[in-house]
Amino acid sequence: MTGEAMISVRGVTRHYGTIHAVDGVDLDIGRGELFGLIGHNGAGKSTLFKMMLGLVPVTSGDILIDGVPVRGSDFRRVRRGIGYLPENVVLYDNLTGLETLVFFARLKGVPADGCAAVLARVGLAHAANRRVVEYSKGMRQRLGFAQALLGKPRLLFLDEPTTGLDPEAIRSFYAILRELRSEGVTVVITSHILAEIQERVDRLAIMAAGKVRARGTVQQLREDMALPLTLRVVLRPGVADTVRAALQGLPLAGISGSGEELVLTCPRTAKLQVLDAVSALRNEVLDIHVREPSLEDVFFGFAD
Amino acid sequence: MEFTQVWSIAAKEFRDRIRNRWVLAVALVFTAFALVIAYFGGAQQGTVGFRSIEFTIASLVSLVIYLVPLIALMLGFDAIVGERERGSLDLLLSMPITRFELLLGKYLGLAGALAASTVAGFGLVAMLLAAELDGSALFHYVGFMASSVLLGMAFLSLAVMVSVFAADRTRASGLAIALWFFFVLVFDLLLLGALVVTGGSYGGEAFPYLLLLNPADVFRVLNMFSLAEVRTLYGLATVFPEALASPALLASVMAGWIVAPLAVATWRFRR
Repeated sequence: MTGEAMISVRGVTRHYGTIHAVDGVDLDIGRGELFGLIGHNGAGKSTLFKMMLGLVPVTSGDILIDGVPVRGSDFRRVRRGIGYLPENVVLYDNLTGLETLVFFARLKGVPADGCAAVLARVGLAHAANRRVVEYSKGMRQRLGFAQALLGKPRLLFLDEPTTGLDPEAIRSFYAILRELRSEGVTVVITSHILAEIQERVDRLAIMAAGKVRARGTVQQLREDMALPLTLRVVLRPGVADTVRAALQGLPLAGISGSGEELVLTCPRTAKLQVLDAVSALRNEVLDIHVREPSLEDVFFGFAD
Repeated sequence: MEFTQVWSIAAKEFRDRIRNRWVLAVALVFTAFALVIAYFGGAQQGTVGFRSIEFTIASLVSLVIYLVPLIALMLGFDAIVGERERGSLDLLLSMPITRFELLLGKYLGLAGALAASTVAGFGLVAMLLAAELDGSALFHYVGFMASSVLLGMAFLSLAVMVSVFAADRTRASGLAIALWFFFVLVFDLLLLGALVVTGGSYGGEAFPYLLLLNPADVFRVLNMFSLAEVRTLYGLATVFPEALASPALLASVMAGWIVAPLAVATWRFRR
């Protein structure tokens, strides 16, 4: 986190009747941070998003964006600096890509002459004058993203932004996000593709059943969870029993496999000790693969 | 209130209706019906062909009273709920605009489209009949067109209100149809029934004023009282209080029917 929080969520709750969609959430997101919000469907992340945008009132608690209360009379000014890409956004079929951007630019109160450049930035310059009805799903998603970029926002809310994008488009999407972050833009992003997000966000929060269950960098989450490492050891033929015997007495959480491959799991703290022991067996061991726990492992550890 | 944003939304709605030829289609419907009525409206009395402007307007009033509310309700019933259902409402509301500005922009854009098709449709008829119309007839015809536009605006306002209250498009269309039945078909029957049941002994004096509770009836009264001959035609000249014969009063009641549903819609939309 750098400096004062861009987004400050304090004890926020949202009830729909007896359903606690969001239940006592505290969250600070710093300026210029690329922040990921992760959870199953129904975990409460979209509701939290909408409350941060002032679209849904909080049942209790406070949300400040850039120090200004959401839904307060001053929030309209703050909104000019916010870009939002809703999940599964549906734009207007009968407008062209450029007309769509001009429409939203006017609503945002920003000059419309920057629209062509924004369209080019998301790779849609060639389709500027085609109607949205002719756009593919990926192109619509990129147009939605372009709309969020209008008026040089200082804060971006992107709800499942890479849905429908091909791998190449996902790469260029994150390249734009990195550029934005280097310009000091704060980005909050949700994604269900955890492997995609874990390499790319600065910090993340994991939500389940309306609560934030964990937050931090990917590394912190892994360490907090104390998830065991997995070592895959490739052996010469016929030495499995010898190796098993040699590894007796090490603090292993488990050992499995036979023949030409053994799979060891060990606590993070014993990593070096186990690696030393295995690499000492030069005559028997051909190769070692170390696997760090993935964010999926972290996620399912928390969210279950 | 920021008019740039209101105007942007209104312009988009209007342009949408021009592009998908909604305005053209509705204008042609109005023209076709109006021409048929002008020429064949007297067929029951055994004459075919254009008779008089008073007679034509009286026939057109009966047409417009069914058609315009229906078209206005169909035009506006999904203004808000449609955006909500497709998922674009959140995006619109995340913009630096207020809910009232969004509602007003939607309303003005749709109202522009409806007014354009009404004026174009009936205006075309006026041009086709130009040879038959003198100055005073033209004046009455313009009054008829203006009151048709007002009638459309009032029902469009009701439609936008429905679009804010309804949970989904299906329910919104059901509610819109129900409103049409109530105001166009049921309301007058209720009044008539009440009059018959009470034998006119109770509140008979107040009855004409109850018509002000229905924009369709306000429209009817507006057009009948602007034309002495029509009043006689309907045999209503003696029934109606003189106070109701003021077009200005009736037009302001109609304005009330435009503002009130929009106000209720805004109140609901803000919650």
